[in-house]
Amino acid sequence: MQKTLFDKIWDTHEVSKLSESQSLLYIDRIFLHERTGAIALQSLAAKQRQVRQRAHAFCTMDHIVDTLPGRTDRTRMPSGREFIIATRSATEEAKIRLFDISDPDQGIVHVISPELGITLPGSTIICPDSHTCTLGGVGAVGWGVGSTEAEHALATSTLRVKRPRTMRINYTGEAPANLTAKDIILLTIKTLGTGGGSGFAIEFSGDAIRDLDVEARLTICNMSVELSAFTGMIEPSTSVIKWFEGRDFAPEGEQLRLATSYWESLKTDTFATFDRETTIDLSQAKPQLSWGTSPEHCIDHDARVPDPKDAPSKIVREAWERALEYMELKPSTPLSDYPLQAAFIGSCTNSRLSDLRAAAEYLQQTNNRVAKGVKAICVPGSGRVKRAAEAEGLDKIFMEAGFEWREPGCSLCFYAGGENFGEGARIISTTNRNFEGRQGIRAKTHLASPISVAASACAGFPIGGSL
Amino acid sequence: MRAFTQHRGVAAPLLRDNVDTDAIIPSREMKTVSKSGLAAGLFAPWRYLDAQARTPNPNFVLNKPPYTDASILIAGHNFGCGSSREHAAWALGEFGFRAILAHSFGAIFKNNVVRNGILPVELKWPDLETIGEWVTSNPYENAISIDLDAQTVSAGPLGSVDFEIDAEAKLMLLHGLDEIGLTEQFSEEIKAFENKDKLIRPWNYL
Repeated sequence: MQKTLFDKIWDTHEVSKLSESQSLLYIDRIFLHERTGAIALQSLAAKQRQVRQRAHAFCTMDHIVDTLPGRTDRTRMPSGREFIIATRSATEEAKIRLFDISDPDQGIVHVISPELGITLPGSTIICPDSHTCTLGGVGAVGWGVGSTEAEHALATSTLRVKRPRTMRINYTGEAPANLTAKDIILLTIKTLGTGGGSGFAIEFSGDAIRDLDVEARLTICNMSVELSAFTGMIEPSTSVIKWFEGRDFAPEGEQLRLATSYWESLKTDTFATFDRETTIDLSQAKPQLSWGTSPEHCIDHDARVPDPKDAPSKIVREAWERALEYMELKPSTPLSDYPLQAAFIGSCTNSRLSDLRAAAEYLQQTNNRVAKGVKAICVPGSGRVKRAAEAEGLDKIFMEAGFEWREPGCSLCFYAGGENFGEGARIISTTNRNFEGRQGIRAKTHLASPISVAASACAGFPIGGSL
Repeated sequence: MRAFTQHRGVAAPLLRDNVDTDAIIPSREMKTVSKSGLAAGLFAPWRYLDAQARTPNPNFVLNKPPYTDASILIAGHNFGCGSSREHAAWALGEFGFRAILAHSFGAIFKNNVVRNGILPVELKWPDLETIGEWVTSNPYENAISIDLDAQTVSAGPLGSVDFEIDAEAKLMLLHGLDEIGLTEQFSEEIKAFENKDKLIRPWNYL
């Protein structure tokens, strides 16, 4: 029988078929973080239950920890310390591996999980974090869950899951050289809408995707949840498989040989069918900037903000009107009319070495500096990313251009009551969500690629960047 | 978990699309390692003029009686999209919501509410608009009735409308089941799966 990549992984993880639509699925890896992890572990312990497979569960400190140099348990976020201490003691009691603040491998969960070989191609991984779909970038099935489901997975190594339908997005046409993975996924969300992937496991496919390196693939899959998809994934290529060699928790020797031949079979069969297929042409695609308060509110970097008069329906018109009002934008104006107060490079979407290299290369090539009045911050995704970037001198390029260089973590991707860019700040950001208030009180977020963020930081207003 | 069988109550219309979990409860309102104490932070950015001082925004629906006692929410497309934080479900439950009527839900959020005894009901957009208008015309009198076993919503001019729900979610809600307890009955199957899988994917087992 011809199967899709998703079907193959689903079928090999099916412990029991519970009904027509629901299966008990084996969960290979569970990753927790200090924002929602402690509560799942505490709740489990309160019911006298234990973590069933301790070696398969991990936890990191990324959401609440400060990213300022010299950080300690005391956070800018009020009560952050309580979360950190609770996580430390809950993981110690449950005897699961914690990547604590001082751990050289600490970092953003979806950055360190493939980096350390914890998530592998063909595996299932869950985390009480909606961007767990990032891991589809290495050919794993990853999805976000709530604390109750995390507890279920910890206690039983399984989850009861409704089988999603499958969808393939075929990218055609040769992507212009200045188009980054972030632009491709923003364009996809703009095209399909934030409900476009609802109920589906998406496979991103086509030449433009096949050519992407691991980090770009992680960026694409990261925002599958912004399409409301169950998950998103990409067939692991030979270079993806090779990428896992020597990673801490990845197999080695004979085990690696076995694994490699298994991973090479993780491909959608030629005649496999999807419940839905759609095509997106990239030949004319341009760098994207978001203008509104939903990731689908994107425009080409040289286009103007839309006019609600042109909205396709009443509810969309009202949403655009509300978004324009919140963002303090006028219809049919270019985004370059609006001065920025902040620029942010980081998050599980764009904090890996290639992201930092791209932004640094722009800064170095143009010799531009951050514009007056713009607070610019660069936050590497993990301790390893940070050290690798410093070994290449990227930290110096960022700092000389006027960026702050931080310790790894989620940082200003969201506002938790602590550090922020100031009330109502307009921010150009490599993150994944431009929701109202996401990055601060009345903060106005414009999503973009790392190059565009570097270019915008220097210009002082949102623009598309290219090398 | 609290069971859901039938419910009748005041319904609050919040007919917007893409209401995300950051709007339902912002990260800064998740102040303690706890599933409770969250109701005050529900919809904080919209509900308060000044969230820190808790100054109510008189224009926000949940601040206008009788919606202050609402137990049903009427929403648009993709309600609860975004972050996986179960705090959104906990905050809605603590405020007193027992059901949410929407065109569609964020997938993780939908799983989370079911596991907290809150019923997600998917209805067609025109029906939601009609219900919203009818409720708004006389919110004190025009209460909505929901019967999970019969899978119906009853609301004035619409009469009784059927809705779909997964058989598993329905069963969990009707009986207030503990899912972990149910799965623990499969412990032998899980062990057997692992023994078989270890031969195929030995590298997976650390």
